[in-house]
Amino acid sequence: MTDRRTFLAFAALPALSAQPAPAQSNRFEADIGPLIEKLTGGKPVATGRVQMTVPAFAENGQSVPVTISVAASEGAVKSLHLFAPRNPRPNIANFHFGPRSGKAAITTRIRLAGTQTLRVIALFTDGSFGSATAPVEVTASACLDMTAS
Amino acid sequence: MSNYRLSVPERVARATPFLVRLIIQHPMETGFRLDAAGAAITKNLISEIVCRLDGAEVLRMELSSGITANPLFEFYAVADKNCELVVEWQDDSGVHASARANVQVAD
Amino acid sequence: MSVRRKWPAVIAALMAMTANAEPIRILDEIKSGREFQSREVQAQQADDFANPGMLWVERGAALWKTVDGEAGKSCASCHSAATTSMRGVAARYPAFDADGKRVLDLEARILQCRSRHQRAPAWRHESEELLAITAYVAQQSHGLPLKVAIDGGARTTFEAGQRLYTSRIGQLNLACSHCHDRQWGKKLLADTVSQGQSNGYPTYRLEWQTLGSLQRRIRACFYGVRAELPAFGADDIIALELYLAWRGEGLAIEAPAVRK
Repeated sequence: MTDRRTFLAFAALPALSAQPAPAQSNRFEADIGPLIEKLTGGKPVATGRVQMTVPAFAENGQSVPVTISVAASEGAVKSLHLFAPRNPRPNIANFHFGPRSGKAAITTRIRLAGTQTLRVIALFTDGSFGSATAPVEVTASACLDMTAS
Repeated sequence: MSNYRLSVPERVARATPFLVRLIIQHPMETGFRLDAAGAAITKNLISEIVCRLDGAEVLRMELSSGITANPLFEFYAVADKNCELVVEWQDDSGVHASARANVQVAD
Repeated sequence: MSVRRKWPAVIAALMAMTANAEPIRILDEIKSGREFQSREVQAQQADDFANPGMLWVERGAALWKTVDGEAGKSCASCHSAATTSMRGVAARYPAFDADGKRVLDLEARILQCRSRHQRAPAWRHESEELLAITAYVAQQSHGLPLKVAIDGGARTTFEAGQRLYTSRIGQLNLACSHCHDRQWGKKLLADTVSQGQSNGYPTYRLEWQTLGSLQRRIRACFYGVRAELPAFGADDIIALELYLAWRGEGLAIEAPAVRK
């Protein structure tokens, strides 16, 4: 006779033996250094000056809310560049602020291929930089589901 | 595929940033997923969204498969007078769409 | 008799003794799936603008007024404004259809209307159109308590659903009740097991990246225990839907809900 604990362990098997959807968490974090260098021309990037808010724990990597903002006191922002080193395409999104922007802030929802540390680089119009990081723990559903209906 | 919602406040204060919200119905197909037969489902992403106010650029977004399906965007714009906010995008399958909203400046 | 084998037998015995009497409710408290979601997902559901499911509701509103089929009618031709005519409908579905003498879920009812009254070609299950109309109709009952009838013609279907819910299936040899009646609230890997309630359907599931029906979700559950998937519209699936709706009686309709 099996007890409850064994039941739940047994029930967890499909998640472990699953054929994962592509881009799941067995990939390593890419070295995004070269991508950042392309942006900054190798110049040093200060930590700070930009805020990134993302939940510390995402129960589904398919849709994770993220907010990035730069306080007006920091100066005029040219663009924000968001990186997820473990994603198959690490440079997730870039946001370029135009003359009618008024505020360098953006909220959206991103896909994360597993637990990783997000990184955002801010380019200011005066040629300086800022950056922030935020770790996100990403889990998948314990019970399998097919992607197609 | 061009189902969307765009919202701006009913009235905005002159020269004060106001919130713009946009949600677009789109699968943001990554190109990585496989169908039941094992073939890759064709990539179909919106790779750029441009927002303009009274003809001047507010925000230009470069997106990748790292943006979720049916994405929501919240950002700011600033107006001096009554004008039109236009958001335009195109996806890999060639579908081109635009959303418009009238911006009323409170006096 | 082992503890594991007790429930189906107990329920069968009780059902035999108490045919047409009030069935036994296993759950002491009823909790919507919403309570098992993160704060962010709950907020997404509560915000009509940010809830991606509302995109399908809007599409449904447009389809409602679209003429289709040989009869030259739209849904509105017979049902006028859905805000009045459809209010309360989703809360009492699945329901027994006296004409066809079978239980229909909301999708089946819509498909029946479409073929019988509009004489229009059938929509596939999980097609954009069917999801949109179902979401639109279900949303008209938003906030109303789930209450389905299980007497009369619906009784046999209800009992079949109740039996299936407590029967072991699949390679994992698990019944729905093992997790959702007895282990809800506990952890399965990083997930918290929900009660498996149906009040949020059709639902925008983050896992699917799209809106989906309860039938799709039930099929996914069968997949989860490595059982053969019932076909869309199969008797088994309809029976389960009816049982789930009765089991979740009193829960507010949350369609279109957002779930992980």
